[in-house]
Amino acid sequence: MTYVEYKQLNPFQRFAHNFKKFILNIPHALASFFKAIGKAIVGFFTGIGKGFKNYGVTFVKGDWATKLSYLIFGIGDIHKGKYYKGILFFLTEVLYALYMIFFGWTYLQKFNTLGTVETTQDFNELGMPVTVYGDNSMLILLYSVLSIVITILVFAVYIANIKDAYHHQVMRAEGGKPTSLKHDVKEFLDGKYHITLLSFPTLMIGIFNIMPMIFMILIAFTSYDQQHLPPGTLFTWVGFDNFSSLFNFVDSATKATTFIELTKWTLIWAVVATFTNYILGMVVALMINKKGIKFKALWRTLFVIAIAVPQFVSLLLMNQMLQTNGAINILLSYFNGGVNPQIQFLNSTTLMARLTVIIVNLWVGIPYTILSMSGILMNIPEDLYESARIDGAGPVKTFTKITLPYMIFVTTPQLITQFVGNINNFNVIYLLTGGGPSTEQFYQAGRTDILVTWLFNLTMSSQDYGLAAAIGILVFIVCATLSLLIYNNSKSMKDEEAFS
Amino acid sequence: MIKSYKLRRHIANGLIYLLLIILGIIWISPFIYLVMHSFRAEGLIAVDHLIPQQWTFKNYIDLFTGVGGNASINFPRWFLNTFVVAIFSCIISTVSVLMVSYAFSRLRFSARKKFMNVGMILGMFPGFMTMIAIYYLLKAMGLTGTLVALVICYSCGAGLGFQISKGFFDTIPRALDEAATIDGATKNQIFWRIILPMSKPIVVYTVLTSFIGPWTDFILAKIIMGDNLDNYTVAIGLQKMLHNDFINTYYKQFLAGSVVVAVPITLLFLKMQKYYVEGVTAGGVKG
Repeated sequence: MTYVEYKQLNPFQRFAHNFKKFILNIPHALASFFKAIGKAIVGFFTGIGKGFKNYGVTFVKGDWATKLSYLIFGIGDIHKGKYYKGILFFLTEVLYALYMIFFGWTYLQKFNTLGTVETTQDFNELGMPVTVYGDNSMLILLYSVLSIVITILVFAVYIANIKDAYHHQVMRAEGGKPTSLKHDVKEFLDGKYHITLLSFPTLMIGIFNIMPMIFMILIAFTSYDQQHLPPGTLFTWVGFDNFSSLFNFVDSATKATTFIELTKWTLIWAVVATFTNYILGMVVALMINKKGIKFKALWRTLFVIAIAVPQFVSLLLMNQMLQTNGAINILLSYFNGGVNPQIQFLNSTTLMARLTVIIVNLWVGIPYTILSMSGILMNIPEDLYESARIDGAGPVKTFTKITLPYMIFVTTPQLITQFVGNINNFNVIYLLTGGGPSTEQFYQAGRTDILVTWLFNLTMSSQDYGLAAAIGILVFIVCATLSLLIYNNSKSMKDEEAFS
Repeated sequence: MIKSYKLRRHIANGLIYLLLIILGIIWISPFIYLVMHSFRAEGLIAVDHLIPQQWTFKNYIDLFTGVGGNASINFPRWFLNTFVVAIFSCIISTVSVLMVSYAFSRLRFSARKKFMNVGMILGMFPGFMTMIAIYYLLKAMGLTGTLVALVICYSCGAGLGFQISKGFFDTIPRALDEAATIDGATKNQIFWRIILPMSKPIVVYTVLTSFIGPWTDFILAKIIMGDNLDNYTVAIGLQKMLHNDFINTYYKQFLAGSVVVAVPITLLFLKMQKYYVEGVTAGGVKG
């Protein structure tokens, strides 16, 4: 399509065109994404290769102290007079050795089986029953991951130690002296200030974001469920069993049915919830921001209050208001000749419950759309409207030719973020319906449960941890792909702006 | 022609006002209902009228004194728990957010871009993914059911939310840094003495966001606390009041408790919005 042809389209056709382009662009974006990953992997291995080369070269060129640093951390530094650093390196090695001998190794050696010694019942000398605890698979897995992470970190220290030893050797050969402790500390407040600032947050993110993620991914490949609960019983590696049970309609029919049905509903829910919120929110935002409408701040505040009140309060309240004796039915009874119609919004039929959830979600979600749209509407350059008016365009024309295309263009990435958000919209479903109406056909789920709330039930009430982790990974893959696509697109958009 | 155009506009605006009023009522009425019925004296759960017939403060008094109720429902304690958790996680989160955003905005080091990209991608991953895994981790550490675990969870990933304050720091002219460097200030001094005092809106915004977080979070607290009622936060505590075992006694107290939580949080949120707008639109410094 040429530029001229594009310009002749109306905004909806343009939107359709852009949308199509976006969808068609997905394979390309994916390809470039994987290409980038491939490049990163190649870079990683060339890096390792280079590292090995340097490792060998340094060993050949190093003096006796540098060579000894290959075995004992910090010797090189101590020999060259950089005492505090050498001692720190040495302490790292000692601590690591102690950790591994007394703690890490006992777990790490069982990593491939996740434990073999069962917990048994025995009798002590008085004839009283006692439990003899065997291996705890959970702790084995956890501490193995921890040990592996620590080993990688210590390896990094090891490399740093060799580099530092060689650096000081070269420095001495050139007649230089190592810097003092005081100087180094000062450097951490100035030239290397980023290390001081970033180390604490990075450590926290590493321990509580990245490590749990690794841990969770590993759990998905184990048989950790209610029949295999440590410390009483062991669990072990089962490969892709958890994943295949979600698609196997023969051996695990209920699980597979639940998974397929919930996936369908999750997608319907995400699409409907996102688009209804977007369109209706846009309409209200346009009404509030229309020229000549007064009390704009008042109208906006009315809606913002609905966001400001904690969501759990408004949703629990809504849940109560939708009961058979709740406020909504009472209100309806005024129109019904004083008789309470006793409508069961949340737990009669599937359709009713789903419709109610979507409508309540409108009440929850529209204010968010209004808030973000208002900002964008105010940002549309005023001179665009002025020149349109001079050219003789009426209000309808300015709307379809300026406002609408502008809004759609700016908010498309936001639309996808909201879509991902709705796939993970735990609060609305869980607090409003709790998954109901309940059904026998599903495994640990009700008719309005989405994948995330099912995952929650599996973890919290039925303790099917392995299965839950597998579902988590599947949802995660979908969401992460969408997120990365937006991320790539918005990054290019930013670059575009940089040129203007 | 002009007259009819004006008339048309008036009619259109009138319709819009009408619609806005109706919508406003729809959006605000649940909260009016909440406040009214938190002062209701009659009935247990549901009543067959919308406006209470007898008004009382008893629900609020009972909520805080626990008179005539079940010992396991302890709203003052939950309130205090949430407050303590909010204070601690607010301090830790604010410090890490500001540290990370300053480092990414003002300092130049080799892996800066890479770090930022990794941070952004990690921040985009849905929170519940790590939640379930954090639960396993805390369980292995024996921390489930404790307030420490909550503080850790609310503040551990805070550093990933650096974008907004980084954007703010970016607007502060670099000439200021350069001038200070020439005068012999270190990066550390620039951070504390120059950048932070100029960044009041964004510091307040960060503090408020991280303070509000624990009051509104539901899922994480639910996962971590399980059945340990002593360490509940207000969110899961109020949901507990609606449990079948308690709802008859506690329904009106639930309404009162919701008001007690919602009013301050709403005010803080509106305040936060103000600072957000100020921080984002006004930029760092003028002149």
